[in-house]
Amino acid sequence: MSLIDVKNLKVEFETADGIVSAVNNVNFSMDEGKILAIVGESGSGKSQTVFGMTGLLDHNGSATGSVKFEGKEILNLSNQKLNQIRAEKIAMIFQDPMTSLNPYVRVSEQMTEVLIHHQGVSKSDALKQSISMLDAVRIPDASNRIRMYPHEFSGGMRQRVMIAMSLLCHPKLLIADEPTTALDVTVQAQIMKLLADLQKDFGMSIILITHDLGVVAGSSDDMLVMYGGEIMEIGKTENIYASPTHPYTQGLMSAVPRLDDSEERLVTIPGNPPNMMKAPEGCPFAPRCNYSIDKCNSESPILVKASNDDHFRACHVSKEKIL
Amino acid sequence: MNNQPILEVKNLKVNFDVSSEGDMPWTKAKKLQAVNDISFSLSAGETLGVVGESGCGKSTLARAIVKMVPAEAGEVIWLGNDLLGLSHSETRPYRKQIQMIFQDPLASLNPRMNIGEIIAEPLRTHYPKTPEADVQARVIDVMNKVGLLDNLMNRYPHEFSGGQCQRIGIARALILKPKLIICDEPVSALDVSIQAQVVNLLMDLQEEMKLALIFIAHDLSVVKHISTKIMVLYLGNMVELAKSDDIYKSPSHPYTQALISAVPIPDPNVEKNKDLILIEGDLPSPINPPSGCVFRTRCQKAQEVCALEKPEFKGIAQDHSVACHFHD
Repeated sequence: MSLIDVKNLKVEFETADGIVSAVNNVNFSMDEGKILAIVGESGSGKSQTVFGMTGLLDHNGSATGSVKFEGKEILNLSNQKLNQIRAEKIAMIFQDPMTSLNPYVRVSEQMTEVLIHHQGVSKSDALKQSISMLDAVRIPDASNRIRMYPHEFSGGMRQRVMIAMSLLCHPKLLIADEPTTALDVTVQAQIMKLLADLQKDFGMSIILITHDLGVVAGSSDDMLVMYGGEIMEIGKTENIYASPTHPYTQGLMSAVPRLDDSEERLVTIPGNPPNMMKAPEGCPFAPRCNYSIDKCNSESPILVKASNDDHFRACHVSKEKIL
Repeated sequence: MNNQPILEVKNLKVNFDVSSEGDMPWTKAKKLQAVNDISFSLSAGETLGVVGESGCGKSTLARAIVKMVPAEAGEVIWLGNDLLGLSHSETRPYRKQIQMIFQDPLASLNPRMNIGEIIAEPLRTHYPKTPEADVQARVIDVMNKVGLLDNLMNRYPHEFSGGQCQRIGIARALILKPKLIICDEPVSALDVSIQAQVVNLLMDLQEEMKLALIFIAHDLSVVKHISTKIMVLYLGNMVELAKSDDIYKSPSHPYTQALISAVPIPDPNVEKNKDLILIEGDLPSPINPPSGCVFRTRCQKAQEVCALEKPEFKGIAQDHSVACHFHD
């Protein structure tokens, strides 16, 4: 049984200017113990997909469809029930750790609160567990540093504190929303290594949201490429990098300069990302796509098998024409 | 390529005074060495990439070259004249030859001016007597050059996407036909597909106008793609300077090696099997930098001498210099 199973997820926001559909017909499932990367540019709906799944949308947002976690429907459950799941089964970390930590409260208090509130452990036990968790994320001198305030930690250390806090209840699934975007490359390397180690130690699954194709290549088992709120391509990371079958994935891969390669000129994707206020009729990528045919502008493509091993693509143009 | 350098920076130093919390008004402020002893030269048509982690002094270096922050010591020789010795009004004629592009494309454009005015502003400031028709013609010319339609001239910055705003910033920098453009993280705020457009644009313009560029970024892959030579900074100090291919193929400083190994490569076969050199710990405080070599506290090769003696920045091959006692 898969750990999480998302069917026809749609996320919409009601704004003063009309309805914005941020996520359209997203379908995927994920097995236990895997790392799934959701890749896309800003505004592609990658964050709103997981916010919709976990009931964290803004007050003007609504999600429809089905999200099954360990076989049970969790979409649009009451906040009380979701809080239980979000604390004990699904944890999240965000891009900017400073905005997720309370600057006025010592780290010790913020961490023990989680355990006291959700698991009813005693204060001293909670402190012990929190210190050992800080040890696990390799914060030196954890028993002293736990008494510090968030601003006394560096950016990388703060992200470690966030990771430690999210793991306190031993979640089955960790959702990491751009966890290293605000960090320097050297610190990014440390944090990604830490996440990979913790994933093995704790036997959890990770959904990694990122725009960095290098990070995806290094850390994920499977990946999902989003554009304009829809899934363009989904499959094993190795397969997608070896032979991207969607024009957008191809464009994205060739637009990034590689350190280990020297290309004369970067290949660009012409135009700009879509305006989600007026979602396009057909494929969201059609206006920027070199391969687009008439059908692309009128009919939204559905995900179809691109090859064996669970590789799917959403494109009207045949794979052979693109490769 | 013309080998006569247009810009020579010699032993540039920038210090900031910082007072800490709880200091009395008469307490002497501490000195923070933001940029320490930096020297390089740049010829027309060349690009110098500057890389390093946040807080390493990349932006301060750029600002000191255009005198946006005062330098403590050193020389900035622009076409034979030391800019640092000149007064404010004496510097003015040189300012139009050096322009800047900034990181946040929207924040660097005045929201109350339409983009025609924004792009024309440097021209109106430096050549106030230009006839209006000429100004308009020049604005249209640079807008076309950076790939903006000239009928957008009367729109305001908020009506544009991030990539387009960055094009507006580039157009504003180009209108004075500068010889050098300093780009301070010009693509960091952009999506990858847009980043590629802006990088290509800069490279095309450089070719066409024989521009010299100083390209500051933290993304080593982009810097290597655009630069002819790369300078690596750590805590305000130069640790390595070399041609961009050499920096990648034979990095000699332990910090450069770690930095390069940390850059993720978008290829699972390479990325999952590579040897990662992790740097432990945090960046030391620049107010109280380590004695001797600034990198020694996080360096795997550090020995006693590193704490006692500051390594000299010296050449180890043609166009390749490094500051390390135990370089490769």
